Amino acid sequence: MPESPFVRGHGPAVAAVAAVAAGGVVGSLARWGVALALPPAPGGFPWATFGVNVLGSLLMGVLVVVAAARTTHPLARPFLGVGVLGGFTTFSTFAVDADLLLAGGHGATALAYLAGTVVAAVGAAALGSVLARRVTA
Amino acid sequence: MTALLVALGAAVGAPVRYLAGRLLTPARAGAVPWGTAAVNVGASFVLGLVLGGPAPPGVVALVGVGFCGALSTWSTLAVETVRLIQERARATGVVYVLGSTLAGLGAAALGLALGT
Repeated sequence: MPESPFVRGHGPAVAAVAAVAAGGVVGSLARWGVALALPPAPGGFPWATFGVNVLGSLLMGVLVVVAAARTTHPLARPFLGVGVLGGFTTFSTFAVDADLLLAGGHGATALAYLAGTVVAAVGAAALGSVLARRVTA
Repeated sequence: MTALLVALGAAVGAPVRYLAGRLLTPARAGAVPWGTAAVNVGASFVLGLVLGGPAPPGVVALVGVGFCGALSTWSTLAVETVRLIQERARATGVVYVLGSTLAGLGAAALGLALGT
């Protein structure tokens, strides 16, 4: 069982929740900014969400290795990882956009988007952790 | 104003994801990260509901872009998949990422249908 975040007097957990909220705001505003800058063409490949999710996964792969290898501030991972990168990337828009592409008769684009995101995001996370291991080793 | 709504939604969504991970994801190696799976599928359903109906732009910003966007995540899903594969739980990792994707698609489709 993971440690309960609701334990009374559990100061670090309360600080971590606040750090996650603050990071989530930063990451989500950045994601929103990218979406405004790169509006999707109707029926087109959702490049903004794809790019955000792949970049965020790469950086998360780096962060997980660095946070494990180096002494970092206890709030660094909640703020940067769970907050900023977790808020920057999104799964709900990915799922809804793929459904809308399918419903709109753009099956090939939907399949390319689904498979492309799964492969590129997981690949980027693996690449990020490999690169970070080389630097921190 | 729209930025404030996105920020408010995110300030709730991200901590809910964090707490779900701490409460639902087992600490042992090779275990399915149920916390991330639950928030991703749940957020896909809610975003479908919001975008399926005639929601005002403020609701889309607050609940859709802010709350659902921050509640759900691809970066954690990706690193958890890599970690499962590294922990020699390759099948679990593949089922986790593909299962999340299929369940998210289904949940979003249900939300879109109910929201119309």
